[in-house]
Amino acid sequence: MDILNHIAESLRKGEDQRVGTLTREAIAAGVPAADILQEGLIAGMNVVGDQFRLREIFLPDVLLSARAMYAGLEPLRPHLAKAGVPLRGKVVIGTIKGDLHDIGKNLVGIMLKGAGFEVIDLGHDVEPEAFVDTAVREGAPLIGMSALLTTTMSRMKEVVALIESRGLSGQIKTIVGGAPLSPEFAREIGADDYASDGSTAVERVKALLGVA
Amino acid sequence: MNGITDFELEDARPAREEVLSAQDLPGLGDLSERLRDLLEDAFAEYDALAEPRAIAEELSLADLEGVLDGFDGPVEETVIGQVYPRAAAFALYVATLGTPLAERIREMFATNDLGRGWMLDAVASSGADRLSTLLSARFETKLGRNGHSAPRVLPYSPGYCGWTVRGQKKLFARLGPEQIGVTLNDSCLMTPIKSVSGVLVSGPGEIHRFRPDFGFCDECKTRACGARMASVLRR
Repeated sequence: MDILNHIAESLRKGEDQRVGTLTREAIAAGVPAADILQEGLIAGMNVVGDQFRLREIFLPDVLLSARAMYAGLEPLRPHLAKAGVPLRGKVVIGTIKGDLHDIGKNLVGIMLKGAGFEVIDLGHDVEPEAFVDTAVREGAPLIGMSALLTTTMSRMKEVVALIESRGLSGQIKTIVGGAPLSPEFAREIGADDYASDGSTAVERVKALLGVA
Repeated sequence: MNGITDFELEDARPAREEVLSAQDLPGLGDLSERLRDLLEDAFAEYDALAEPRAIAEELSLADLEGVLDGFDGPVEETVIGQVYPRAAAFALYVATLGTPLAERIREMFATNDLGRGWMLDAVASSGADRLSTLLSARFETKLGRNGHSAPRVLPYSPGYCGWTVRGQKKLFARLGPEQIGVTLNDSCLMTPIKSVSGVLVSGPGEIHRFRPDFGFCDECKTRACGARMASVLRR
């Protein structure tokens, strides 16, 4: 089993220190940074995502692997930048105004970073205007919104309305998620997509932004 | 029931199965070793850091209506609006697990200790819910001693079932939970985060029965109302 498979397997097991060590060894051995990212870290995270979807593992297992992902990304990041490995795109995320639940949003952020996206996390209790202003300022083509309270999810519609009123429809897309939400709700408010969990969010974001 | 209550930790500690069930995880018998270890670590942190306390005040119907006044829409188009007119007794409450526990959760996420942070958050969420249950039981006991016939108490909280989080403004103005270290920001979110607020409503079990066919029920994923009603109707 080569070092990249070792990285993927250790990531799958949530062995963050081992992933960090193996990543440094791979870098020192001259393995291209893009290969370490794709065939080591992302490959491992993809297996985790599949196992989660099949309910073979659960959310805390995914988070242990996400910590391992970070442990591998940390030493790798400067080498990715030096090698000109492009990020897949910018995404602005946050929990909508009036809501402070952010674990789901944090998990989506981790999964998106792990998948090579640049994530601008606005935190929780975020005003609708802040989502759009940040996306415009940062040149982010996608806004991801989270809510856990049925009484706050309706404010997501304000973000969509702002995008429309500023003539940014098509330039900035939206994806929503959170326990009380559904694909029907996303359609009703005019959001471009809905994701039920972090793994799904990554796939939906890739599709929305037209990246592989 | 009036005033500040400090809970014993063993009373405020949620059951392990309760935490697992609330997070849609397998039961203890089917949990993997590493998730069991995460769970035990989280309970150790909870025991070390939780400072469970509450403040409560019993209210008349007129006073309760003053707190409930100012809904975004007609109060009768909410669950609490349907229940309270049939009730016999009420008590406002805010309960919290305190700042150290909330800070520890925040610190865990900030340092990418995600799995442990998530599990501690899960234990703390169940712990905060348990405080509402403890207060309900205490209110029931008190009302029973005071001659109420078979009182059945359930907590109703802003942020659920049509009662928006903005409902906490009047609740806080009446109760003064700053006395136990709980504050409300402009978005009506409580600090520390593992805090709960609401009104305890008491009466015969039947008063808590309602048809979950409000507009907001379509958006509800948990459907916890069925189990809540059953908990008071079957006793």
